[in-house]
Amino acid sequence: MSSAPKMTLGQFLAVLAGGALFGFGLALSTMVRPEVVLSFLRFQDFGLILVMGGAVVVTLLAYLLLPRLLGQPLLGGYFHQHVAHWNRDTLVGSALFGVGWGLCGVCPGPAIAGLGTGNWSLLWALAGIALGALVQGLRAKA
Amino acid sequence: MDSTLSLFPLGWQHYLLGGLFIGAGVALLFVFTGLVGGMSSVFSSTWSYLLRQPYFQQARYTGSRGWRLVYAAGLVLGALLWWLGFSDGTPLTTEVPVWALLVGGFLVGYGARLGNGCTSGHGICGLGSLQWPSLLAVLTFMATAFITANLAAGWMV
Repeated sequence: MSSAPKMTLGQFLAVLAGGALFGFGLALSTMVRPEVVLSFLRFQDFGLILVMGGAVVVTLLAYLLLPRLLGQPLLGGYFHQHVAHWNRDTLVGSALFGVGWGLCGVCPGPAIAGLGTGNWSLLWALAGIALGALVQGLRAKA
Repeated sequence: MDSTLSLFPLGWQHYLLGGLFIGAGVALLFVFTGLVGGMSSVFSSTWSYLLRQPYFQQARYTGSRGWRLVYAAGLVLGALLWWLGFSDGTPLTTEVPVWALLVGGFLVGYGARLGNGCTSGHGICGLGSLQWPSLLAVLTFMATAFITANLAAGWMV
């Protein structure tokens, strides 16, 4: 699918539904509230551990089992893999990400999902993230 | 019981259930399409519609920008369904000042793209793939976020 930008209707619906479950989970777990994230980062409420733990366990099972059970994804294509590298950019980028996250309590998922809860203040965070991604891309060597 | 109360003063069930929903979304995307659904890439891939710079025209962005925008739309839709069906219908608000949202957001966007992942990319998809660089990334951003949030607590509100 990465080589074919045109999506079938089935793929469109699957991506939309996957995103919707994700967004519903972010709202239900109150991760769309910056105050709740900040209360975790200030050691007042450890709920974020449960959110992340629950999400990681389900994801781990899916990534581990599905490629073994199925030859290919149900709508065709192939099972992609998350490949991360540890280098200076990953270190510096993650450190800066944490400083920003600790300052505002908003990360990319909740900045987007939070709009569905009528929290228009998050547009400021969304604008900040978009600008940050823009500057990073303009500074990067392709 | 007392220690549970102090660790989770607002209860714990909605956190765990919400996390399971998030994982289910990532799993659903994967079983149908094989795609790995982190969130921060959409901010770079969407710029590729507007900007001709080689960085933004990489295949990993131009080839994924369509589904990433649909995924982001799904995120808003899912949160909207929660808001309409499971909240009291009052729009959520935040007391975090605008400057902190803007400056913090800028660092979040810049850092996530430089480090190739955020709380969902490294935190959920990376840890879910047992990638040790993602574990190091998570430990790094958790450490700087703990420090920043506690330092900022004094002069934020």
